Amino acid sequence: MSPIGDAWRPVRRAWRRLTSMRTALILLFLLAVAAVPGSLLPQRPLNPDKTSAYLHSHGGWGRFLDAIGMFDVFGSVWFAAIYLLLFVSLVGCLIPRIRVHARAVARKPLPAPRHLDRLPESTSFETSDSAQDYAGTARAALGRRWRIAQREEPSGALTLSAEKGYSRETGNLIFHVALLVSLVLIAVGRLYSYQGSEIVVQGHGFCNVPALLDSWKPGRLAAEGKIKPAPFCIDRMWRFTATYTDSGEPSEFAADVVYRRTVTSSSAKATITVNHPLRLEGDRVYLIGHGFAPRVTIRMPDGSVRHDTEPFVPQDATTLQSEGAFKAQGKPGTNQDVGIAATFSPTPVPQTLQTFTSSAPQVRDPILGIAVYVGNLNYNGLPQSVYSLDTSKLKLTGAANLRIGQTKTLPNGVSVRFDGWVPWASLQVSHDPAQGLLLWSALAMVLGLLGSLGVRRRRLWLRLTPGDDGADGSPTVVSVGGLARSDSGNFSTEFAGLLERVQAAGRPVREVVLSGRE
Amino acid sequence: MAGIDGSAAHLSDAVFTTAIAVYAVAMVGYTAEYAFGRRGRIAATAPVPARELVGSGGPAQSVPVASAAKPGSSDRIGRFAVALTVLGVLLHATSIAIRGAAVDAVPWSNMYEFASVAGLVGVVAFLGVLWKAPAIRHLGGFVLLPVILMMFLAGTVLYSKAQPLVPALRSYWLAIHVTLVSIAEGALMTSAVLTVLFLVKQHADKRPGGTGRLATLASRLPAAQTLDKVAYRIVAFAFPLYTVAIICGAIWAEAAWGRYWGWDPKETWAFIVWVIYACYLHARATAGWKGRAAAWVNLGGFFSITFNFLIVNIVVSGLHSYAGLS
Repeated sequence: MSPIGDAWRPVRRAWRRLTSMRTALILLFLLAVAAVPGSLLPQRPLNPDKTSAYLHSHGGWGRFLDAIGMFDVFGSVWFAAIYLLLFVSLVGCLIPRIRVHARAVARKPLPAPRHLDRLPESTSFETSDSAQDYAGTARAALGRRWRIAQREEPSGALTLSAEKGYSRETGNLIFHVALLVSLVLIAVGRLYSYQGSEIVVQGHGFCNVPALLDSWKPGRLAAEGKIKPAPFCIDRMWRFTATYTDSGEPSEFAADVVYRRTVTSSSAKATITVNHPLRLEGDRVYLIGHGFAPRVTIRMPDGSVRHDTEPFVPQDATTLQSEGAFKAQGKPGTNQDVGIAATFSPTPVPQTLQTFTSSAPQVRDPILGIAVYVGNLNYNGLPQSVYSLDTSKLKLTGAANLRIGQTKTLPNGVSVRFDGWVPWASLQVSHDPAQGLLLWSALAMVLGLLGSLGVRRRRLWLRLTPGDDGADGSPTVVSVGGLARSDSGNFSTEFAGLLERVQAAGRPVREVVLSGRE
Repeated sequence: MAGIDGSAAHLSDAVFTTAIAVYAVAMVGYTAEYAFGRRGRIAATAPVPARELVGSGGPAQSVPVASAAKPGSSDRIGRFAVALTVLGVLLHATSIAIRGAAVDAVPWSNMYEFASVAGLVGVVAFLGVLWKAPAIRHLGGFVLLPVILMMFLAGTVLYSKAQPLVPALRSYWLAIHVTLVSIAEGALMTSAVLTVLFLVKQHADKRPGGTGRLATLASRLPAAQTLDKVAYRIVAFAFPLYTVAIICGAIWAEAAWGRYWGWDPKETWAFIVWVIYACYLHARATAGWKGRAAAWVNLGGFFSITFNFLIVNIVVSGLHSYAGLS
């Protein structure tokens, strides 16, 4: 052994260990265990609000968990380490297996072992066919599912080596290769994917321009500008409908839109419902949420009149009690901005003496609860939530519950009128270039799995020892041995069935003996 | 839009309760046969070589001995219990069908309905096994007990009134995805029961001549190897089914939520369950892991299914929050 070979020995040993089944098994276990915290702790990518609430209430423990990536398990280094090791281990295991299997498929079934009676299943019988004839008969009796090789031994005996169930290993390999391909496709999809969302008030629309959407979450390469978002426009969501059953359960949400596939193409109409996104070239547009946008008329301290329609955020998913804010800026420096913090109760029921909540999501004589502030809205260049007020420089001047058409008049000439409402829908744009291919890959996994778990691998050998040449009618002795290479299940029964078939195919001995006596 | 037929829903509930009662009586029958039957004693006193046990297609080995004797009263009780089980299955299926008609949709959209369907799959699977291997009849109680407990839990704690489907569930994928999951999980439950019995049998095999309840149970069980093999065959059947169910779920999620996979808690646990059963299949092919270790992995898989059904539905909130509990 050369010194270079020696130097490589530890590497080779480590590689062998990594690609062993035992290691793969342990890595698989680790993968399952590692996924558990991802389901029990709040995850930042899914639920940032819950995550920060958890961090807030758990102090040092929370910070520790955060430091080790427990709030983004599926994006963490250690989760990636496990599946990458598994990936490498799988590749290392598959390559030699593919080579071995290809060789096994190409080559003839193995020659019969010397002692067939030492196999798990074995027996022997006699036939009056000559060995040569019987070999043909037995091959026909076994049928096409067996791959059969015929050999002649020095002693003059004929052997048949039969093997079936190659598609078990083929399926196994297809499954694992498809699994690797799927993982690659998932990764590619993530890198080039993006997801945008936009709250669209009925009568309005948007174009698929990242900078203009409410939120845009790109994959790493999409963020670097490696893909160009499809230039479609939802010009107008002209109607949003929520349908409810008699008992008040929602039964259908539908957004009717007018859209263009590209900026220059002609308009088309479509209806987006919960399970039926609008599918465009490469992008899909989903209806993922809805709510109400109340409309108000505000008279400012300087006497000017503003009209405003603002989408409100539902606080309760079943009753759609919603919250939001209206903001109207006065002349800069006059401290005469008007801010309104408001609640919208679609089916109002009194909650306390002064406030209302909602008992159902349908709109039945809704109430807009307002708290009106005057002062400075504190626009200091930083982004501000459109759903809430920064009241630090505002002064509360009054509050009221308004039904549609009612007006609340406040000091300094301010008044607020509740004009009505329109629905809004939250539409999501998703792009994942690899998902179509991934579906094919997943189907290949299933096919492979069916072969791998459904097909049984069997080996069968027959040794046909010709009778004594001199004595006419001396029968051929057939010894049979069988081996279950996988999944031995009920191999004894299977073997007995095979044997019956093979034996019945040859001419039995007894007739010959009888006729000889006559 | 679809309304709810209240009287039909009530009828469905009544039939469901009756089915539980019938199962309970059947279970008493199986248990009586188990306790007083001759089969067990014969199997215990006249052990047949293990290889023959495997060869003769599993647990059928002691049948000729038992049926050669004059059918005793315990045999009659056993037959009666099977008849009752069939009756229970008919009632159970009727209850599910009526509920489906009442809500005008496939009736497995919340925990109560899902538990009911999974229980039915479990009992039908047992009857199927019984068809092939009548000798395990006296073990019926071990299958019916968890089913009855689950149905009781479903009818009390997990119960929810018949309701129309929320928009997100109005898709033909509901029928496909949830049906596949319930068949796969019902089958995996049967595999888990057999695995427990396998561990009991193997434990007893190591200490021949042992006494006590476990030893008594073990003496009435088929060979350990047979139990292990049948448990494996069931997983080999259910695992591809579960895989297809997850893929169908992903296709549905793509249409409903805008992504095929998002590590929602339910999805995460489906992944965990899938990985554990993959471990089981690999463990059975790895030296040093066969037998006992693999059996524990199988039980770990079923524990995860149970966790996914009970804890994730009730405690953890996610997109799959259709438990119907409030």
